[in-house]
Amino acid sequence: MTYKQLTDWVTSTQIYKAIFRHGYEDTPRNRALTTFSNVLYHLHPVKTRRESIKIRYTWCMGGTSMLLFLMLAITGVLLMFYYVPDARRAYNDIKDIMNVVSFGSTFRNVHRLAAHLMVFTVWVHMTRVFLTGSYKSPREFNWIIGVVLLMLTLLLSWTGYLLPWDQLALWAITVGTKMAAAAPFLGVEGPFGAQLGIRPDNDLKFMLLGGTEVGQNALLRFYVLHCVVLPLMVVMFLAIHFWRVRKDGFSGPL
Amino acid sequence: MADKSFEVFPKNPKKTYGLMELVKGTGPIVNKEPEDTIFTWPNLFYLEFIVALIIIAGILFLSLYVGAPLEEEASRDTTPNPMKAPWYFLGLQEMLVFFDPWIAGVGLPTLILIGLMLIPFLDINKKGKGYYTFSERKFAISSFSFGMGLWMVMIVIGVWFRGLDWNWYWPWENAHLHKPVASGLRDLPVMFSRILGISDFAGKGLADFLVLIYFGLGLLIPAYIFKDFFKKLGVLRYATTMVMFWIMVGIPVKVGLRLVFSIKYVVMTPWFKI
Repeated sequence: MTYKQLTDWVTSTQIYKAIFRHGYEDTPRNRALTTFSNVLYHLHPVKTRRESIKIRYTWCMGGTSMLLFLMLAITGVLLMFYYVPDARRAYNDIKDIMNVVSFGSTFRNVHRLAAHLMVFTVWVHMTRVFLTGSYKSPREFNWIIGVVLLMLTLLLSWTGYLLPWDQLALWAITVGTKMAAAAPFLGVEGPFGAQLGIRPDNDLKFMLLGGTEVGQNALLRFYVLHCVVLPLMVVMFLAIHFWRVRKDGFSGPL
Repeated sequence: MADKSFEVFPKNPKKTYGLMELVKGTGPIVNKEPEDTIFTWPNLFYLEFIVALIIIAGILFLSLYVGAPLEEEASRDTTPNPMKAPWYFLGLQEMLVFFDPWIAGVGLPTLILIGLMLIPFLDINKKGKGYYTFSERKFAISSFSFGMGLWMVMIVIGVWFRGLDWNWYWPWENAHLHKPVASGLRDLPVMFSRILGISDFAGKGLADFLVLIYFGLGLLIPAYIFKDFFKKLGVLRYATTMVMFWIMVGIPVKVGLRLVFSIKYVVMTPWFKI
């Protein structure tokens, strides 16, 4: 049996046809159907303009941010198997991940690298979209969604900072949450806070930390925010972001 | 231009065709000939796949050499000096030197996010959509770059030039040697009342007046020079754009006042100080 005969047979079976609804041969019709008859159609149209997908135009930064988010989700889930957000053991769990768990240090390193890189790529993506004027009508609202996603990215990175429960984590979060106490109206040290009856035990910082200082409650809150709440929010906003791109088409030279 | 002999949609001779209805509407590629399109599969999907492979390989390779740091276990007994936020927030932490925490930590980030979200509604210039250009949108590109540049400079300063007690340390200086405490700072209203021999209240009034002049002239002068720009935007858009712009420019101005004249506050009220 030749290779041609083999592929002909495989692609004619009922199982193959059940999975792939387009033919195997490289014809214009099949190229169109590959996008059209698959979930890929949710992401891209059948045909795209030649100029708007050039790397020198897009810099590939939006897609890269998405890829990094996926990598972070995968490595994050793996890290969650070995990490317990308990202030008494969190630090030791990280030590275990780095020194005992197979490939643990690789996954932690990848998670951290991808996280920092994602902050960077989302920022560069925004810069590219600005420089090409791609936020202009009809894409105004998608730019707003993008700014929300930038904020969520920063919050994700920041909440993850506390989880290793080392000196870097504790004091970086201490600095950060001091800001919450200084928030106008909502913080105890902020303007108009005292006038509105804000105390150290009912202000914004208290809500974030579940206490007046960074401790067990703060660790649990940041863990839940980092692993559940914020990723879900990112996924929801990403869905809208992509759907809008799909509807409005890629910007780009005509 | 499109070749007229080329049929995008070849007719089937066994069928008859008729125009059923004309529908009004807009679409991203309607009425935009010539259409230079290619199949997304494989052209775009393959490109995305290759880029993804390169990035995954790159990160895996880097992860062998760049380890995620882990310091001593968290402890309230030792406070690190300096205490640094993650790098992407160092711009805000740097602002803590020059502004009160409610501005540096809450006010400025809120203004940045709101300002970014407002951009599509303030920039109504129809040119420069879908291609890189500076000449067709000079103001938009230069003000955005100014803000981005400011943000990046702050990060660089925060990461490499701030040391013990958040003092300035050149890379060649001894990072473990404490610097003398800086001499006292002055408030602009107090300076006015002392130098001019006027009451405290008048000093405050003068400082507030100067701030009003800053924003007032910032709104009036560009409107006078760039009359077309002002007319196109309308009062509301123009005012929002310029207030946001001058707040952004005001940040390095305040930094300059502090560095040159050791001024701590410019506006002083019983509830907050700026």
